[in-house]
Amino acid sequence: MIQVNDLVKSFSDFRAVDQISFSVQPGEIFAFLGPNGAGKTTTIKMLTTLLKPTSGTLAIDGLDIARHPNEVRKRFGIVFQDPSLDNELTALENMEIHGVLYGVPARVRTERTEKLLKLFELWDRRDSFVKTFSGGMKRRLEIARGFLHTPKILFLDEPTLGLDPQSRNQLWSHVKHVNETEGVTVFLTTHYMDEAEKVAQRIAIIDHGKIVAQGTTAELKEQTKTDSLEGAFLALTGTTIRDESANPGADQMRQFSQMWRR
Amino acid sequence: MSAIYAMWLREVKRYLRSRVQIVASLAQPTMYLLILGFGLGPVFQEAGKGSYIQFVAPGVVGMSILFSSIFSGVGLLFDRQFGFLKETLVAPVPRTNIMIGRTLGSATIACIQGTLVLTVCMLAGFRPVSWGQFPIALLFMLLIATVFAALGTAIGSVLKDMQGFQIIMNFLVMPIFFLSGALFPLTNLPAPLSVLTHMDPLSYGIDALRSQLISVTHFGAALDAAVLGACAVAFLALGTRLFSKIEI
Repeated sequence: MIQVNDLVKSFSDFRAVDQISFSVQPGEIFAFLGPNGAGKTTTIKMLTTLLKPTSGTLAIDGLDIARHPNEVRKRFGIVFQDPSLDNELTALENMEIHGVLYGVPARVRTERTEKLLKLFELWDRRDSFVKTFSGGMKRRLEIARGFLHTPKILFLDEPTLGLDPQSRNQLWSHVKHVNETEGVTVFLTTHYMDEAEKVAQRIAIIDHGKIVAQGTTAELKEQTKTDSLEGAFLALTGTTIRDESANPGADQMRQFSQMWRR
Repeated sequence: MSAIYAMWLREVKRYLRSRVQIVASLAQPTMYLLILGFGLGPVFQEAGKGSYIQFVAPGVVGMSILFSSIFSGVGLLFDRQFGFLKETLVAPVPRTNIMIGRTLGSATIACIQGTLVLTVCMLAGFRPVSWGQFPIALLFMLLIATVFAALGTAIGSVLKDMQGFQIIMNFLVMPIFFLSGALFPLTNLPAPLSVLTHMDPLSYGIDALRSQLISVTHFGAALDAAVLGACAVAFLALGTRLFSKIEI
């Protein structure tokens, strides 16, 4: 379903993603783990046509992303790590515009919007402007919106960041539900090892732009001779804390280079 | 098609909800109209050119369309910073449609704004020579708005932050306004200034508005329409190209 070969992304002299290759099978839940600034979000941006790779090839559902961006966009849905809502519109209007852009028929749109907003407990606030929402509510709305259409692949970039345990539980049970009933392939990143262990069938660990290990949780544990995914993760990526301001992550580097390029 | 409509509707909704901003954005053109209009009126009259209010009103309308359309085009910058741009860029819709929806939305807003300013002008004493040509004047307003909304989207696609916007304001938008003949007649100008005014698309826009509203024209309405149409096509093409190349 996803095929990545020798993918490289450089920002001036910084290599955010360095020669990675992996593949995700149809119907699989695949977790992409790594410390801050390891290259997770940059990889997702390239997979979702937001960023062009420096070299290497990416294919989704057998389609080359560089050559068929429009066809590829028809096949995936994404919940971004950072906000992507229109604050000047209401919750309902945000759902509506998403539904129209993704070609969800009006009747289905209305039904699903109601179901999803109720599921993520936003139905009572459907007519409030998003700018009046708390951080957690915005996050829930982003997630609800991501489920409005049924894509072949769902990208979830740190979806549980800032969510309370209740919403987290709702999210993962819904992810499992669409994966099981509709065969949606899921590609997710998270910092919570227990979540990855619970939902993902296969895991890749990325650090400094390179994939350091991939396999099932059991395989990773065996490879590192540890007894938990958390232990395996630490054994593979070290125990140093990646302070993003001292050791800028890929995103910050990119913003910086863009600022000076002009 | 529905994506174009959705993006258009979003722009218009956001505009209609910002009532305070609508009123505030009328302040600047009103000042130009009233202070320059009445301040320069006597000199203009003495030079044998008739009423300055009559002359400057179409210029002020053109100015408000220019600012309004460029601003909302550059609204792309805010969408980039607040993240909504990503949502539209990954949508399974050709980016051309997203760009066209946004641009038409910006153009619609600029047209509403221009009509409001025209109303203010009439309250200040401006009278169009004939109401029959009014619909054509409105069409020209829409054409001017499209030209600059497309330019705004093109600029917004390239800019990354607000500092860039300041540079564009000072070195592109203000010269477009001042060189357009919004405030002075384009006849008998020194050669270099004359050349620059002929290169400014807004000169043709304001001339077109004058041709319909006060029956005065420098280039002739046909040439105005041709130049504006060509600019609209060129800027839409440029905007589409730059917009579809956006990386985040």
